[in-house]
Amino acid sequence: MKRTPTVGEVLRAKGVSRRGFLKYCATTASILALPPSMIPRIAEAIESARRPSVIWLSFQECTGCTESLTRSAAPTVEGLIFDTISLDYHHTLQAAAGDQAEAARHAAMEENDGGYLVLVDGSIPMGNPGFSTIAGISNVDMLKETVAGAAAVVAIGSCAAFGGIPGANPNPTGAVSVMDLVTDKPVINVPGCPPIPTVMTAVLAHFLTFGAIPDLDKHGRPMTFFGTTIHDRCYRRPFYEQGKFANTFDDEGAKAGWCLFKLGCKGPTTYNACATAKWNSGTSFPIEAGHPCLGCSEPNFWDAGGFYEPLSTGNFDSGEKLAGAAVAGVALGAVAAAAGRRRQAKFTKEG
Amino acid sequence: MDLLEFAKGPALQVAAYILVAGSIWRLVGIVLLKEKPDYSEPRQSAGLLAALKVIYTRSFTAAPFKAATLYPKMLAYVMHIGLFAVVFLFVPHIMFFEGFLGIEWPGLPNNIIYLLGVAAVVASFALLVRRLTSPVLKLISNFDDYFSWFATVLPLITGLMIPVRMGLRYETILAIHILSVALLMIWLPFGKLGHTFLVFVTRGTTGMVFERRGAKT
Repeated sequence: MKRTPTVGEVLRAKGVSRRGFLKYCATTASILALPPSMIPRIAEAIESARRPSVIWLSFQECTGCTESLTRSAAPTVEGLIFDTISLDYHHTLQAAAGDQAEAARHAAMEENDGGYLVLVDGSIPMGNPGFSTIAGISNVDMLKETVAGAAAVVAIGSCAAFGGIPGANPNPTGAVSVMDLVTDKPVINVPGCPPIPTVMTAVLAHFLTFGAIPDLDKHGRPMTFFGTTIHDRCYRRPFYEQGKFANTFDDEGAKAGWCLFKLGCKGPTTYNACATAKWNSGTSFPIEAGHPCLGCSEPNFWDAGGFYEPLSTGNFDSGEKLAGAAVAGVALGAVAAAAGRRRQAKFTKEG
Repeated sequence: MDLLEFAKGPALQVAAYILVAGSIWRLVGIVLLKEKPDYSEPRQSAGLLAALKVIYTRSFTAAPFKAATLYPKMLAYVMHIGLFAVVFLFVPHIMFFEGFLGIEWPGLPNNIIYLLGVAAVVASFALLVRRLTSPVLKLISNFDDYFSWFATVLPLITGLMIPVRMGLRYETILAIHILSVALLMIWLPFGKLGHTFLVFVTRGTTGMVFERRGAKT
């Protein structure tokens, strides 16, 4: 049987120095909120780990998540670490197609039974199996078949984690999330539209290091990255406290970099690492680029009110109903007054 | 639908309907009541000016009672001014009002709002302690007084908890805050909190009656 090289061997073959590798381990420990004493353990675990087999399934998605990962400022150590996984099936990236691709998936499942990771991007249509198929296999069948022998499942992106845009009202395909269907395996949600590349690789690094899934929040997201809100870590937060807001996208407040709350920023209710991990090699994140946070890593973000509506706006359905309440108030008041007048007349008569 | 969506949506909607219907019910019910026949000669003309005069003069304590009422009066002022600022001058609240009124106005920095909010809460508790320790106030207080106090202070406390969190998630404490506001909106027309919209009506009416009778206002 062919010997699978360790991650350390692959990295050395790719010319990554020991110093560079340890620097990556230190960064990983830092972003995973682990103490410095864990760095040697991370290094040892990653270095000696066999290349884990990964099967990446893409269902109802836009390929944005794959784009996010593959276009993460390469070549980085994170990128190389990702190279070291054995990505045995990814129908966007793999050279094989058709029967050969499906054969690769089945081979990976058989060879690594019980030990491989399944990464899923995209939601699964339940309205009609024919809405989305790969090699004639419906998404739900492919997911169930592939997950059966997996060690864990990582739902990449908001579509896989929560249904995302395909699952938005009126959800024409009956889209559901991975967690809705996979209940007998550990599921890690890494939502975002798309998710941050560093977060995806760090979650895998955590799995390689500890052989277990990280602590998750109530939505199945790793607490390390989804434990605090964008608002709490936002560099514009002081402006929020000072009451300095941009009122439009091109006013003086916007030019001065003031808080985007009035322009609909969902940072206060959005849990993600954008403000700290940032994008494009740590260049910036949406708020830093002058756009409010859309809350893309939250469940139902597409249906949670207008993107440019301030968070504190109430969801009143219509002014007509309030007017109806006012009319009802007038009618009730008139009835109450008539009753009062009758009592007044009675007392006056008795008096 | 999560708790925040429920609070911002159906809970707030129902509370708004009850607030509007209940407040108008109370106002119309009073305005349409039959005036008692007054057979006496008016001592002075009792116009709108008389009403406005009393609305203003009753905002301050009459000289003979100044010393005795200074403490509760100051507390009441701190509480009411704090509450007003928190409700109407906090920018996220202004955004809320703009959502359905279509107009906005300048707000205060959050830190000043937090300070005024804390002052309002402290004053509210001091007023409650006074109510519970004064034999006379205790005797004349009923469920309405205590529940009205609770319904007013709860949104203040939950609102102040949002920046502090107290171990709760932002959206959870925000939802609790909005639900506490919904409770206040529902209770407001029916209890003693009705003075929010009745205070100037009753003061003005008193002013007109007193003026007609020749009383010093």
